[in-house]
Amino acid sequence: MSELLQFVFSGMTVGAVYALVALGFTIIFNASGVVNFAQGEFVMLGGMITVFAHASGLPLPLAALIAVAVTAAVGVALNRLAIEPARGAPVVSLIIITIGASIFIRGASQLVFDKQIHSFPAFSGDDPIHVLGATILTQSLWVIGGAIAIFVGLWLFFTKTLLGRAVLATSNNRLAAQLVGINTKFVMTLSFALSAAIGALGGVLVTPITLTSYDVGLALALKGFAAAMLGGMGNPKGAFVGGLLLGLLEALTAGYLSSQYKDAAAFIIILAVLFFMPQGLFGRKSTDRV
Amino acid sequence: MKKTLTTTVPAALVALGLATAAQAEIRIGASVSSTGPAAFLGDPEAKTLEMMVEDLNAKGGINGEQVELVLYDDGGDANKARTFATRLIEDDEVQAIVGGSTTGTTMAILSVAEDAEIPFVSLAGAIDIIQPVKTFTFKTPHTDRMACQKIFTDMQARGFTKVGLISGTDGFGASMQAQCKDVVGDYGIEIVADETYDPKDADMTAQLTKIKNADGVQAVLNPGFGQGPAIVTRNYRQLGIELPLYQSHGVASDSFIELAGKDAAEGVRLPGTALLVAGLLPESDPQKPVVTEYKAAYEAKYNQPVSTFGGYAHDGLALVVDAITRAGSAEPAAIRDALEATSGLVGTTGIYTMSPEDHLGLDLSAFRMLEVKDGGWTIVE
Repeated sequence: MSELLQFVFSGMTVGAVYALVALGFTIIFNASGVVNFAQGEFVMLGGMITVFAHASGLPLPLAALIAVAVTAAVGVALNRLAIEPARGAPVVSLIIITIGASIFIRGASQLVFDKQIHSFPAFSGDDPIHVLGATILTQSLWVIGGAIAIFVGLWLFFTKTLLGRAVLATSNNRLAAQLVGINTKFVMTLSFALSAAIGALGGVLVTPITLTSYDVGLALALKGFAAAMLGGMGNPKGAFVGGLLLGLLEALTAGYLSSQYKDAAAFIIILAVLFFMPQGLFGRKSTDRV
Repeated sequence: MKKTLTTTVPAALVALGLATAAQAEIRIGASVSSTGPAAFLGDPEAKTLEMMVEDLNAKGGINGEQVELVLYDDGGDANKARTFATRLIEDDEVQAIVGGSTTGTTMAILSVAEDAEIPFVSLAGAIDIIQPVKTFTFKTPHTDRMACQKIFTDMQARGFTKVGLISGTDGFGASMQAQCKDVVGDYGIEIVADETYDPKDADMTAQLTKIKNADGVQAVLNPGFGQGPAIVTRNYRQLGIELPLYQSHGVASDSFIELAGKDAAEGVRLPGTALLVAGLLPESDPQKPVVTEYKAAYEAKYNQPVSTFGGYAHDGLALVVDAITRAGSAEPAAIRDALEATSGLVGTTGIYTMSPEDHLGLDLSAFRMLEVKDGGWTIVE
């Protein structure tokens, strides 16, 4: 029993990390249909900037705030300098641009920061919480809590606010959105800033658990992308559930089958789900009117 | 950009014209991975080589002749390493090559050097580099097989017969896992749990719970590199596992204690080199003067802590310098013969005694069994 509970805790810790990254994909995808492969780099920047600001003597909350703000600015710059000039290009080209941006950000942070692995102290100490013979770190609860908060925030944003609906409208039909008075340029800028900020916040929360270095972004982005696809790209609920599900699948496979097949088992299930439900678990069916 | 400039500009200058200016000099070539994914290996190696050659020339060179270092940065790319090795031999006409930060780049340089009959001292770990013995190839880092042997010797001494293994799936972890499983039988030890993790995984409690519940397990060994072992160590304490934990030489550095946390790392044992504990060595230790001098010089010049990897380059160049001195000639064939006859050369990694059958020349005494105590290292033996 305690064994199963430990596997579940392990899965939830990892799953919440995936969910946080997956949530970051949501906004940009909803605004433009672009899967932003630089999302993992936003997570890395959030962690790395916090590490270096904290090391230079700033208190942790302030360092985290600076990291989120700077990363949001990087997101805006990415939109202005790389995505906007290529606006007429097909979505696939834009996705390739984000891959290029991710390589660029990784290379730049290798020079701006360093190539070492870093961490900073967990928010509420390193002592684990014991539940029925299993343990979970308090930082894991921060990550899970952060993922829930962002999920609720995004859900409210997209369903209850005019701005959120404007983002969805822009994605649906840019020209029509413009005609009804939506400032689509602003919507794009906003969506990159928000996505980057969410990624950075995720980076701040997960770094005490995963540690960080200039090259953690790619692995995180891949797992987060897989989680988002599993849940349904563009749906905050899908990102959240997909992340947790992927984490639990990995932990349970590692626990009951073999850790050698952990990633394989998780991806086989993702493939199976996508085979029967190509939109993911919670994805919208796209209906094109001809 | 700064990093590439400092390493490639001197190399480029040397390659461009200075090489032809002084043909009488002893020319030693090097291709290391100063940039790219293996930069943590190549960067301290390049800095060490530059520092040592500068120092050597200030002291009058070898047998009165100045030494010139032709240094290239292969960026961890085996194809580039091959090109640079060819260039070193054909254009720069070096008499010996030191380098090959990774096993991949080493293998590329090795084939070129063997064909051209130029002695080559590799700085990479894999045992395949020197086994079977290749005529012109030598290496300085101890192998992961030796690390396994050192750890199992210590386990045997403490009376452990059943151990759990949790390995990273990266090249380092996978190779050491295989080597350890290969030699474990020699020590009367049985592996009762064999788990793996991906080097980028965030949580290993599932694997560790399985090991914890394995029947009769007495100690746990974690062959791995990078952040994985730090997370394993943290999760180990999180689960409250009381069994002794062994890490590998891959994380033998102060940053491991920092990343895992002082409390979590307490009591962890691992095989490390003398360089890591230079200050703790007894005065009688033959390696003490060498490691203290190198550490002081490197840290004063570059203002960053020495690493084991820079130490490999130190030993590689020291071997070549020693061979040329004894041979009294800088002919490649003479250097090779002298390298093979190296006896009792004290380096930072260990004391080298080569033979026609052994082109590494280190034994298990090169490793010190270290234990983390109060956030610092102590020597167990």
